[in-house]
Amino acid sequence: MTITLTIDGRKIEAEEGSTILEIAREHGIKIPTLCYHEALRPYGACRLCVVELAGPKGSRLVSSCSYPAENGAVVKTDSPMVLETRKMIVELLLADCPDVKIVRDLAHEFSIEKPRFELEDSDCILCGLCVRACQEIVGVSAISLVNRGVDKKVKPPFEIASRDCIGCSTCVFVCPTGAIKLEDIGEPRLVHYWASDFEVVQCRICGDHYLSPEPITDYERLFDLS
Amino acid sequence: MRITALEDLEKARERGTRSLYPSKTKIMVGMATCGLAAGAQEVYDALLDEINKRGLDVSLSQVGCIGWCCREPLVDVLIPGRPRITYGEMSPQKVPEILGALTRGEVAKKLAIGRLDEDENLVEGTKRSYLASGIAAANTVPSYKELGLFKNQLRIVLRNCGFIDPRNIDEHIARGGYLALHKVLNSLSPEEVIEEVTQSGLRGRGGAGFPTGLKWKLTRQAKGDVKYVICNADEGDPGAYMDRSVLEGDPHSVIEGMIIGAYAIGAAEGYIYVRAEYPLAVEMLTTAIQQAEEYGFLGENIFGSGMDFRIHISKGAGAFVCGEETALMASIEGRPGEPRLRPPFPSESGLWGKPTNINNVETWANVPVVIARGGDWYSRIGTETSKGTKVFSLVGKVENNSLIEVPMGISLREIIYEAGGGILAGRDFKAIQTGGPSGGCIPKELIDLPVDYEQLTQAGAIMGSGGMIVMDDRTCMVDIAKYFLTFLKAESCGKCIPCRSGIKRMHKILCDITEGKGREGDVELLEELAVVVKGGSLCGLGQTAPNPVLTALRYFRDEFDAHIRDRRCPAGVCKELIVYSIDSEQCTGCGRCVKVCPREAITGEKKEPHCLDPERCIKCGACYEVCKFDAIVRR
Repeated sequence: MTITLTIDGRKIEAEEGSTILEIAREHGIKIPTLCYHEALRPYGACRLCVVELAGPKGSRLVSSCSYPAENGAVVKTDSPMVLETRKMIVELLLADCPDVKIVRDLAHEFSIEKPRFELEDSDCILCGLCVRACQEIVGVSAISLVNRGVDKKVKPPFEIASRDCIGCSTCVFVCPTGAIKLEDIGEPRLVHYWASDFEVVQCRICGDHYLSPEPITDYERLFDLS
Repeated sequence: MRITALEDLEKARERGTRSLYPSKTKIMVGMATCGLAAGAQEVYDALLDEINKRGLDVSLSQVGCIGWCCREPLVDVLIPGRPRITYGEMSPQKVPEILGALTRGEVAKKLAIGRLDEDENLVEGTKRSYLASGIAAANTVPSYKELGLFKNQLRIVLRNCGFIDPRNIDEHIARGGYLALHKVLNSLSPEEVIEEVTQSGLRGRGGAGFPTGLKWKLTRQAKGDVKYVICNADEGDPGAYMDRSVLEGDPHSVIEGMIIGAYAIGAAEGYIYVRAEYPLAVEMLTTAIQQAEEYGFLGENIFGSGMDFRIHISKGAGAFVCGEETALMASIEGRPGEPRLRPPFPSESGLWGKPTNINNVETWANVPVVIARGGDWYSRIGTETSKGTKVFSLVGKVENNSLIEVPMGISLREIIYEAGGGILAGRDFKAIQTGGPSGGCIPKELIDLPVDYEQLTQAGAIMGSGGMIVMDDRTCMVDIAKYFLTFLKAESCGKCIPCRSGIKRMHKILCDITEGKGREGDVELLEELAVVVKGGSLCGLGQTAPNPVLTALRYFRDEFDAHIRDRRCPAGVCKELIVYSIDSEQCTGCGRCVKVCPREAITGEKKEPHCLDPERCIKCGACYEVCKFDAIVRR
C-alpha cells in the first residue's frame, strides 16, 4: 500500500512499512549512519540517523533506520534539533575513539576539531555490526556484546576461545573501524580470530592461504561444489 | 479445595474472619523487610518464647508493613472487644511488659504509639468496629485518625498490608479478596472490564502514567490468539520500596489484579518479574501463587468460568535497566536486558513477539478495588487528570520515614509536614526529590505544589514510581545531581551513544565541580549534553537521566556557581571544598581539638589560641564536632 509523508517539506509517496531512512535514501536525502546495514535488522544504537518527527505533543527525535513511515508523517532531517544532536554524538564518539578513521571523517563533516572531553583510546564504536552479522547472517552467534554501560565490549562467551566461531571473517568485513584484526601468527599458518585459531587452507590454484577449514563443507554445499 | 462457587468463597471467608478476629487475644508482629531489618524476628521469637513459658492462650501472627517504618519493630495487640493497640520500637526486652499488660487487660502506655478503633474493608466499603459495646476507646493512646502520619491517608493499594498474614489466603479473602474476580467472571464481559478501568482514570503507577484502560484496550485489540500479561516488580529506584511492601504484605492483591487483566485482554499466561534483591517478596509470591492454584483461582477453569490462566515468576539479576519494559521482556526471554526500539509497542508485539500488557505492581493492586467499588467511585478520588491514590516511600531527612498512600492532589507540604512530621532534628527543608534517577528536585518555594502527574512534570520532576527523598539545608544539590548520575552511569545498558557516553561525560563534569576543579562553561556544557541525552537516547533511562541535573540547575544554580567560581560548597558537603580554620578570638586553647585530630594538623600552647594547618587537614570535621567555643570555622 502506498502512503504519503512529508520529508523536509517535500511530499513523498512510499511503500507502507518502509523505514524513514530507506525512503529518504531513495529520494537522495542524506542521513548519516554508523550502525545501519541493509543486510541486517535495524539496531538504533548510534542514534546518528535521528530525524525530527512531528507529533501531537510536539516533535521528538526518532532513529530513521528503524522508524516505519506512517501516512501523513511530517519529518525533518536537518532541523537545528537534529543537527545539534548529531554533532554532539560525533563529538562524544571522537572523544572516545579519536584515532578511528570514520569517526574523524564524521568529525570533519561536522566541523569538530577538538572534543571538549578527555580523550580515550578505543577503536571499537560499539555499533554491534559484527555481533549482529554473526547472529543474523552467519547464524553462529560466536560473539556478543557483554557487560553494561561504559564496560560494554564485544567478546566471545567468558572471553575465551569461541567454540562456535567458524573463521568466516564476516565480522572483519563488516566492521567499520578495522577494530577486528585478522592475524597471521606464523607456521603453520594460523589465523587468529576471537582467540580462536584456525589452520588456514591453501588454494590449490594460486597457493594463497585464504580460508579456515570449518565452513568449507557449508560453502561446498552452498555453491554446489562437491 | 477448589473454589468454584460463591458459597465456597464464603467458607474461606469465614475461616479467614475467625483467623483475623479470633475470640482470644491476637498479637501481630510486622515482619516485612523493614521490620526484619529493625529486629522484628528477634521480637517475634521472644514473644513466642514468653507466650509458651507463661502458657498464655493467645494467637501470634506475622503481618506485612503498615507503613510506620521509622518506629519498627512494631507489635500490634488485639484484645477482643478492645481497640487495637500498636506498640513501637519493640525489642525482646520489652516483651514481658507487653505481655504483662495484656494479661491484665491493660495497655502498656509507655510503649503504645497508636490505636485503631475500627477496621476498614476497602473492597466492600464496610467498617468493622473493634470495640465491644460499653468499652470506651483508650483515649490515652493517640488514634490513627488523629496522627499526622495516617490521618490523610487513603489505603487502597495497601488495604491489607499490616492487617493480614500474607501467607494466609483466607485472611485476604475475609477482607474482600477475590470478590472482584468472581464479579468479573460471572457478570462482566472483557470489554465491560476495560470500560470500568478506563472510567476510573487509573494511570500506570510505574512512573510514566499511561492510561491503564487504554493500554488494556490496545492489547485486547491487537492481532493474535496468544497474549501475555506482565507485572513489573523490578522496582529499581533507590529509596523506593512501595512495590516490595505490597508484594510482601498482600501478594494476592496483585495476583487477583492480573487474573482480571488477563480476562479482559485474553491472556492465558502471565509473568511477575521480580528483582532478585527482594527474596522475601519472591517467597511470598511463590506461596501465594501456590495457594491461588489450590483454590482454583489460577490454572484451568477458574471459578468454573472456563478461563485458563497461569502465573510464572521470573527473577531479575541486578540491573536497573530491566525495569524498562522492553529490557524486562528481553530478560524474561533469556536475552541480555537491553531496551529495544519502539514501535512496535508491547501491546502490539511484546514477549516473544506476542501482544503483551505490562503494568506495575501498584497498578495491578488497584484493579480489584476499581472493579469492586466501580470506576466511577475511583474517579472521584484525586485530581482532574490524576485519579486515585499513590503510594510513596517517604525517606530522607524527615521525622517519619514511612510508606504512605495518599489521594492524588495532596500538597507536598502536607506530605512533608503532616505525614512526614517535619524535617529531622528541626533543620530547614531544602528540597524533595521525586521520581528517583528519572525525576527531579522540587525546592521549598514549590512546597504547596499538589502531587499530580502533570504538576510534577511542569516543575521539572516526574511522579515516578513513588520514591520521595526529603533533603535539608545540609544537603548539597550538586552532590545529589552527581549521586544520580553515578547511579545511572553504572546502570546504563550501554547500547546507545548519547546515554553511554553522554552520561559518562556529564558525570565527569559533576565530579570535577564537586572536587573544586569546575571551570567556567561547565554548566553550559552540562546543559548542552543534557539536551542531547534527553532527546537522542534510545530508551527512557537515557531520556530521563538528565532530569536530576536539570532541576538542580533550575532551582539551585547559585550552588553550582559557588562550587565553580568560589570553590565553595555552601552546604558543607563536598570535602575537597571545605576549609577549616580557627577563630583566634573564640579559641580558649583548651586542646580538645588537638586530641581528636587524626593528622596532628592543630598546634598551640595551652590556653593560647591554636593554629590549624590546612595542608595537613583532611577535612574529617572531628575538631568541628568537639569544639565547645565555636572556634572552629568551616567554610
